[in-house]
Amino acid sequence: MKKFLLFLLIALVYGAHQDLWNWNKAEPLVCGFLPAGLAYHAGYSVVCAGLMAVLVKFAWPKHLEAEEDRGADKDSGTGS
Amino acid sequence: MIPVIVIFAYLAVIAFIGSIAYKRGKDNTEDFFLASRSIGSMVFFLSLFATNMTAFAILGSSGQAYRRGIGIYGMMASSSCLVIPLTIFFIGTRLWALGKKFGHQTQVSFFRDRWECNHIGTAIFALSAAMLVPYMIISIMGGGTVLHDISVNPETHDSLISYPLGCATVAVVVTANVFFGGMRGTVWVNIFQTILFLLFGLVAVAVISHALPLGFSDYIGKLAGDEKSRFLVTREKMPPQVFWSYTLIPLSSIMFPHMAMMCFSARRVTAFKRTVIAYPIAIMVIWLPCVFLGVMGFAALGKIQDPDGVLLRLLHDYSPAWLAGILGAGIISAVMGSDAHQVLAMSTMFTKDVFAHYGGRERFGEHRAVHFARGFIVVVTVIAYLVALRLKEKQGIFEIAVRYAFSGFAALSPVMVAALFWKRSTKWGALAATLFVAAFLVWTALMQSGHKAGDVLWQIGAGKDALKVFFLNPTGDVAFCNGYMTVVPMVLGSILCVLLFSLATRPPARATIDKYFATTAFPPAT
Repeated sequence: MKKFLLFLLIALVYGAHQDLWNWNKAEPLVCGFLPAGLAYHAGYSVVCAGLMAVLVKFAWPKHLEAEEDRGADKDSGTGS
Repeated sequence: MIPVIVIFAYLAVIAFIGSIAYKRGKDNTEDFFLASRSIGSMVFFLSLFATNMTAFAILGSSGQAYRRGIGIYGMMASSSCLVIPLTIFFIGTRLWALGKKFGHQTQVSFFRDRWECNHIGTAIFALSAAMLVPYMIISIMGGGTVLHDISVNPETHDSLISYPLGCATVAVVVTANVFFGGMRGTVWVNIFQTILFLLFGLVAVAVISHALPLGFSDYIGKLAGDEKSRFLVTREKMPPQVFWSYTLIPLSSIMFPHMAMMCFSARRVTAFKRTVIAYPIAIMVIWLPCVFLGVMGFAALGKIQDPDGVLLRLLHDYSPAWLAGILGAGIISAVMGSDAHQVLAMSTMFTKDVFAHYGGRERFGEHRAVHFARGFIVVVTVIAYLVALRLKEKQGIFEIAVRYAFSGFAALSPVMVAALFWKRSTKWGALAATLFVAAFLVWTALMQSGHKAGDVLWQIGAGKDALKVFFLNPTGDVAFCNGYMTVVPMVLGSILCVLLFSLATRPPARATIDKYFATTAFPPAT
């Protein structure tokens, strides 16, 4: 059920990209200068970040972390 | 003069960072190509982002917005905000685990092992390399053009840095950085570069808005109120078919060899967590100001000769010289950040997938393999530089090639998905998809050079009810089914090839399937 809901969420966000209702309109200008279509897609970008946060929280492939120990001792200090 | 001094100071910083990385390096291929798979989470994000952002994100996006309006953001940027992090999340993490477990350093080495194939892996390598080369050439061309344009003296209109010198500067700095520092040098430099070009858009908007004679809302109102320019603040001239087709293009990202290599290089899989969440925001931070300023450029400057130079023109007219220099360095960062990864990826592929695979490593040893890789980096950059010089006037051809390369890599993504998630997939399915993609690209190029805009290549039916299956759209690009981009039939065809040819042929040995599917690299069976 969780998998289904997550896939549904991804599909909804994908579908929301096609904002045909904003196609021919410039107004309202968000913050006084951002045309509606541009403001919508700026907001959409933030929603995508939110979607990824949800996926990290609920669908993270935790089993892959078992591989982390391999070569962990190879660290040459590159990372932060 | 001041912008040139600032840019050369920036290049000196890059060279300095690269030299420190060189001192930290070890003499083996895993360290040279993947920094010993030790890249930490913040560095991983900054470097992965730099890998994928080219000068197009700054100059091309503003130029396209100048021509076509604000819809460019939704079409090219916000679709990437969704698709790229998703592919990194689902595919990148698996690639990382396989690399860690089985030592793969390239996509092809994974395909060869996963499907027990040899020459089919070589075919995938050949197609990937062929699609990557124009990308490298255009990076050098872009760098040369930016250095030339930014060093133009406003009074005499002469440029301090000629185009050949600009290309040579970019090529030498990138080559030196990759040659000496390998992946470690590249990612360290990326930290500095990514921060610089992430700041670029915000600073540019702030400075330009302050200097423009009217406010942003006045300009937008002016554009919206004029029937001739209203399309710039709406999408009324943007076909919805093209807008949707573009959502498939970001599938290419994970198939770019340099992106996959970055996924192999992370120290921990948890590095992907922060990356996938921050990625859409980072895209927005770069693209939104650039697209907005591109539209502003139309309103403030009117018709200009070179729309791709609109941002440089705005900087030139509305920001102090020293700031224009720093912002120019931001643009050069985007050029060099991705170019360095492309050069490194080409070198890795040749060294691992050809040189080592066909016995070079056994014959010459690990130490010599690193020398081979370094030699290859020099050769490939010199060739790319010479092509950039000789074919400067034909830059448009390379731009088209890059555009089709995006479709090509996107159409190869079903091969990767099948390898990772479909046990029944076979090498013949992979080969069929690869050949289909290569044939489609060649066919598209032939059609585009042999026909003119508006020509119908294949239609079903006649009259106004006819379905134009393939035709050349008004810009001269091949289009599909009344207006969709060719990436649509390419991805669909590739999926079909993988499915049909896999089902019709024998799968790999049970042991091989178990090796890949019964390990921690895949979701445990539920």
